Amino acid sequence: MSAVIDAAGKAVGGLDDRITLANWSKRNLRKVFPDHWTFMFGEMALYSFIILLLTGIYLSLWFKPSMTEVIYNGSYVPLKGLKMSEAFSSSLNISFDIRGGLLLRQMHHWAAMLFIASMSIHVIRVFFTGAFRKPREINWTIGVLLLTLGFVEGFAGYSLPDDLLSGTGLRIAEGIMLSVPVVGTYVSFFAFGGEFPGDIFISRLYGIHILLLPGIILALITAHLLIVWYQKHTQYPGKGKTNENVVGYPFMPVYMAKAGGFFFVVFGVTVLISGLVTINPIWAYGPYVPDQITAGSQPDWYMGWLEGALRIMPNWETVAFGHTISWNVFIPGAIVMGIVITLLALYPKIEATATGDHGEHHLLDRPRNAPTRTGLGVMALTFYVMLLIAGGNDILAKNFDLSINAITWFTRIGIFIVPPLMFMVTKRICLALQRRDHDLLLHGAESGSIVRLPHGEFIEVHQPISAEQKAVILSKPDVVPIPWPEKVDDNGVRPPTYRKDKLAARLSHWFYQDNVALPTPEQIEAAEHHIIESAEEGAPIIAHRAQLEPEGGVLHDPSAAALLEADKETVSTQ
Amino acid sequence: MSHNTDNGVVEAVEGEQSDAARLAHDESQLPAHRPRRTDYDPRAAKRAERQVAIMFGLSAVFTILFVVAFVQVGTEEVLRIPFFGTFGRSNLYLGLTFGLATLLIGTGAIHWAKKLMNDHEVVAERHPLRSPDESREEAVAAFEAGAEDSGFASRPIIRRSLLGAMALFPIPLVMVLRDLGPLPGKVLEETAWKPGMRIVGADSGIAIKPSDIPVGGIVQAIPADLPEIQEIEGNLNSRAKDVVLLVRMNPADIVSQQGGTAEEPWDFNGIMCFSRICTHVGCPIALYEQRSHHLLCPCHQSTFDLADSANVVFGPAARELPQLPIMLDAEGYFVARDGFNQPVGPSYWERS
Repeated sequence: MSAVIDAAGKAVGGLDDRITLANWSKRNLRKVFPDHWTFMFGEMALYSFIILLLTGIYLSLWFKPSMTEVIYNGSYVPLKGLKMSEAFSSSLNISFDIRGGLLLRQMHHWAAMLFIASMSIHVIRVFFTGAFRKPREINWTIGVLLLTLGFVEGFAGYSLPDDLLSGTGLRIAEGIMLSVPVVGTYVSFFAFGGEFPGDIFISRLYGIHILLLPGIILALITAHLLIVWYQKHTQYPGKGKTNENVVGYPFMPVYMAKAGGFFFVVFGVTVLISGLVTINPIWAYGPYVPDQITAGSQPDWYMGWLEGALRIMPNWETVAFGHTISWNVFIPGAIVMGIVITLLALYPKIEATATGDHGEHHLLDRPRNAPTRTGLGVMALTFYVMLLIAGGNDILAKNFDLSINAITWFTRIGIFIVPPLMFMVTKRICLALQRRDHDLLLHGAESGSIVRLPHGEFIEVHQPISAEQKAVILSKPDVVPIPWPEKVDDNGVRPPTYRKDKLAARLSHWFYQDNVALPTPEQIEAAEHHIIESAEEGAPIIAHRAQLEPEGGVLHDPSAAALLEADKETVSTQ
Repeated sequence: MSHNTDNGVVEAVEGEQSDAARLAHDESQLPAHRPRRTDYDPRAAKRAERQVAIMFGLSAVFTILFVVAFVQVGTEEVLRIPFFGTFGRSNLYLGLTFGLATLLIGTGAIHWAKKLMNDHEVVAERHPLRSPDESREEAVAAFEAGAEDSGFASRPIIRRSLLGAMALFPIPLVMVLRDLGPLPGKVLEETAWKPGMRIVGADSGIAIKPSDIPVGGIVQAIPADLPEIQEIEGNLNSRAKDVVLLVRMNPADIVSQQGGTAEEPWDFNGIMCFSRICTHVGCPIALYEQRSHHLLCPCHQSTFDLADSANVVFGPAARELPQLPIMLDAEGYFVARDGFNQPVGPSYWERS
């Protein structure tokens, strides 16, 4: 063993001679990372991307990205002798004739689902904990770009096999291209090399899917990780955790083992699912023929919200001066996604403007402590879910025996009503939780015991909260809205920036409205005194009860019940 | 420990010590460490060690089983499991063996980390990311010196000619994209339908006569030339555009049609012909409800009333499905009386 270490040491020494490896290693091998299960989703996205690269390379060894028509002669009997594109026929070969081919195809598709799902949850986590605040705005923007590219890359991927479902998806994409004012027709003709479907689109899409987009995604992921590493990870508030430190475990060995192990877990679970659960059974859909379609056509889940937008948009179209603008397609197909992605990418900037807070933040917010942000987040998620419902209106109508028109009308109107409603509800819940924290500091935790004192008074026993809980509650930052500007300065002149400042102040006051301030340290200290007194008064009784109800209480423990009976007797004899 | 190197604060400080080595002074602030069973019970530690080794060992076994399954199981063999359905044996066995081989390495490593590796939390300091002012000033000075050396500011003729060249430089990169496709021209307005074109069954390719369509029935159809066009063009464009359906209803039920006169009606005794390409985003429409005469697009549920000029009665489509005027030829088969009088399929900018 020591010989191995010696040899390794020599090799590393040689590397250090050439690239100063030791200097980097001594700083980074034991780099501290905080631990929390919600930090796992970003990791999961990274690992599923690695799985995508791996399986994608394998698939490219057999897939033929060609729309040339061939007659299928593989081993899947129901489609034998049918005319189809080479792309579809080679996808069938991967599924039925290459050993392990179906496993790779399904791994690729499942990993894509996992990639986008874990990125989505990661974005949600980062949003609600305020991890996007300075200095991490750049990484937030990179993340939003990655999510967007993930959508496009996923769509490109499931369009490649040229099966009936994917061809229908491409037809819809072409319809959206056509709806773009002025240049739409040209965009569509240039993309498809003429009219839809043409004979070249699959091979063009292939280059984009296996080279261009993964290249950009890989570069962005690299930048994302380097920035995380350099800025050091954020951490949740807790005892001993501050904005100036990182509390956690060293990269080597703990995270090498845990993160490395987690890669294998994600990989292994992906393989297991792919072995057990069919995904995208292209053989059941058949080859793409433009005049065929199946009822209940659905895109992959992450495109569902855009599909929903297309479905609920009213049929508005303008014809003027010899030109047509299809608002019914252009708005849901291009504008909605554009606005959503732009707002998401700019959110850190928007919030910093509203709060006037330009400091560095490394300690995460508890969602309740930023009620407006949390409300906005839930509002956005509700908007997304409404569109998703609209995208599945046919499936919902069929499975729940509802009227498809009713679902469409419900989502058409609900998309404007339900999200703001959820904003208000969420904000109120956050504020209620803030009040609860306030009460915990001032009155302690309820022990669940009502005690009758010797002179007959009933009191509810409160106990001090733990130091950890207290640290978490006290992590709530003081909020100071931007002050209202003076209408006139000392010389009686109205400042030129008055309007702008007033707007900033209004935004800030709106953002921080109804905030429940923490009690002052004096109040907390005074309160603690009371809580301890209350706990002491109740303590003997609680101790007595604990003796009567060892582990689980009377109801669960017959011997305790017997003790209680004995106790009652003692009480009655006294 | 120097703070004003060119590398900036973080680099300079970290260069001295690793995070963990700086085991901070405020460690006492952390919640007390809770020892794990494996920390104080050597038997538990030994057991955890065995568990990890067993997982790694099993992983190796499953890898070998993967090889066996790969060699032994044919891709065409199926396995029927009651209540769960039918599985391809090869995919199932390869997935299970490879999956477990991979998963067990992962669970082994995590179990090792959680049970046996040091779990004392450590504290590392954070420093502001901003470089100290001196570094910023030095950076600005370096940039200015570089700019001065280049003469970028003092030699405007170089600067302007470079900017001009750079502004034009992307033109070839954009220009070569021109031949991605032909210009649209009037192509979107044209279909294969012209006067006298036979209407034939979409699958059968056989000419259709009125008696082939019962009242309340629909028949999917194509122009007789479509297979030939497809052969010549080498693509499916015609099939994505020219497909139609013939629908027959009681003539009394027809509220309106898109055209036709008493002498030259667009229908034939209640049999009408419509484009099958949805005017929303171009899906082929298929779902017909006989009683209401409604035709529903399965993609986005646009609904067209075929008895009333195929007007939109629900959903996101903005236009009616174009109607193809039809008549019978000398042999009694359906032919187009004329081409479509408007483009079929989704709307686009140039459409009026």
